[in-house]
Amino acid sequence: MKNYSEMSGCGLAGFINRNGERVSGKYIFDSITSMKERGNGMGAGYAAYGIYPNMAEYYAFHIMIDDLDKITEITGVLNRFFHIVKSELIPTKSISSLYKKTTPPLFYRYFVTPKNDVKLPLETEEDMVVRAIMTINEKIAGAYVISSGKNMGAFKGVGEPDEIGEFFEIDQYQGNIWIAHTRFPTNTPGWWGGAHPFTVLDWSIVHNGEITSYGTNKRYVEMYGYKCTLLTDTEVAAYIFDLLFRKHKLPIKATLLAIAAPFWKDIDYIREKKLDKINELAMKIREVYSSAMLNGPFAMLFAYKDGLIGFNDRIKLRPFVAAINKDTVYMASEESAIRVICNNPEKVWMPKAGEPVIALMNNCNSDKCHPACI
Amino acid sequence: MEVKQLNETTYEIVCRTAHYKIVNQKIRELVNKNASKIILREVFGQRYIGTGIKEPIKIEIHGIAGNDLGIFLYNPKIEVFGNSQDCVGNTMMKGEIIVRGHAGDVCGYGMRGGKVYIEGDVGYRVGIHMKGYKEFVPTLIIGGKAGNFFGEYMAGGKLILLGLNRKTGEDIVGDYCATGMHGGIIYVRGEVPEKYLGKEVKIFEIDEKEKNLLKEELKGFANRFGLSVEEIMSKPFTKIVPVSARPYGRLYAHRWGIASGVIK
Repeated sequence: MKNYSEMSGCGLAGFINRNGERVSGKYIFDSITSMKERGNGMGAGYAAYGIYPNMAEYYAFHIMIDDLDKITEITGVLNRFFHIVKSELIPTKSISSLYKKTTPPLFYRYFVTPKNDVKLPLETEEDMVVRAIMTINEKIAGAYVISSGKNMGAFKGVGEPDEIGEFFEIDQYQGNIWIAHTRFPTNTPGWWGGAHPFTVLDWSIVHNGEITSYGTNKRYVEMYGYKCTLLTDTEVAAYIFDLLFRKHKLPIKATLLAIAAPFWKDIDYIREKKLDKINELAMKIREVYSSAMLNGPFAMLFAYKDGLIGFNDRIKLRPFVAAINKDTVYMASEESAIRVICNNPEKVWMPKAGEPVIALMNNCNSDKCHPACI
Repeated sequence: MEVKQLNETTYEIVCRTAHYKIVNQKIRELVNKNASKIILREVFGQRYIGTGIKEPIKIEIHGIAGNDLGIFLYNPKIEVFGNSQDCVGNTMMKGEIIVRGHAGDVCGYGMRGGKVYIEGDVGYRVGIHMKGYKEFVPTLIIGGKAGNFFGEYMAGGKLILLGLNRKTGEDIVGDYCATGMHGGIIYVRGEVPEKYLGKEVKIFEIDEKEKNLLKEELKGFANRFGLSVEEIMSKPFTKIVPVSARPYGRLYAHRWGIASGVIK
């Protein structure tokens, strides 16, 4: 049952339990593995929220390293910014087929809490964490931070989704939001750091498609101190989210309006319909955030501690299906991937291009969470 | 995957998450053994079902039919009890596909013959590049609504959109409808906003003669889904046809052909 891959696109799957009930990674494993066809074994990954309930107040750094000796350097950098509460190797299983493709790197995780006296002037705690991530990614050769949020983590590498899932023993984790990806690299190398999801703080993103505006976007986020080191276009999307969402505090819909901006002719149409405020907003966002717009075909799932958001490019050049069953909202590239883990959802639909599906936690209220509406 | 023989020529395959290659191989094996009807149960997105078979067999699918259902279809009749994914009837030639649910994007892509009936909505780019030649006239009928790029670059055949489940205020079809269309015909039950239409087409009302033709065409659809043709016909239809003739005829033609007048 191997080597069935053929020309295809990437595949993505994700779900959120809006009540915060945690489920085993077995479900997302089954879902993404049913779409194995969409990848070619050159990358797969998972991100999960709610997996470290006993360490929820600490930043969990998952770090990918080429060899164990790098730990001294990494610990050195982390010690400058944080108190390290706990550090350990992420348990992995030997999956013989994985070693036929590449030698898997080592995965280490640190639970850390920031030191008080290391913030630069005007810097927030999150800014400081981002600075620490960028320092490790850029300054330590062969070490990459693959996730860094609280009570969440990413697990990814070069392999089929089932290989990677078994490698990290994904079924041993319990989470309330899960996203997963199977990759078919087209423009960039298939390497361990280039697998999805891409994360920064507790934002994580999986992406099917290509970002043809990568150069513009990269230069834009670099102005704000982000460093693109993972050789893949999707990385820049994670940083754009962090920038617009966290630093510029845009509401969710405004962020998506910047990233998948409507065509000018559609903005004109909004004006004709006399929706002046939305028209003005859409115009201003296109003007101010023109460099944050992602061009090219894509379907993306974007998760953070309060919710899961799925959206398409403006003309739907990649597949995207969503479903609801009670408190769980599912999103995937193919309907079958949803049906495999939830055979009879209450509602299944194909969202329109540029119309995001926003599934927030039930306990999300406007003062605690990010505003969803404009 | 489990295979059961129900009677002399009917087989049942429980697919679950078996790989599509194994399922399709099994189907072909059974067809070679004289199967005339194959029932697929618990289908979870297996691709390419029905392709590579020339016998006029019946295939029943229970579950979610995978991408490229009935691609290059050449005779079989496929009925899906459930939804189907993208690219239903891709480049199909002969036969019939019935979907009792919705279908995804790019349904009927490059279709050149046969019939596809979808009960519910369809996604984006449906009926793009359909074509027809002499006795090969494909028909694609959709009971629900369609997304953007409906009938884009259509070159032949009939594309009928009914919007039976449409609620008030909902568009029956999306933007860029019939963009670049240069052949065939589209019927839409209801109005199509001018701003959604491509530049290459015009809207016409249908006359009595055409109404009768449309009725004939709708009979098959109404029969399959237990609807009445009269009720479907009770609302006015819009006809969309191209106003240009062979706009791309010279695009790939050899210079000599044009110069000598062989290609006009």
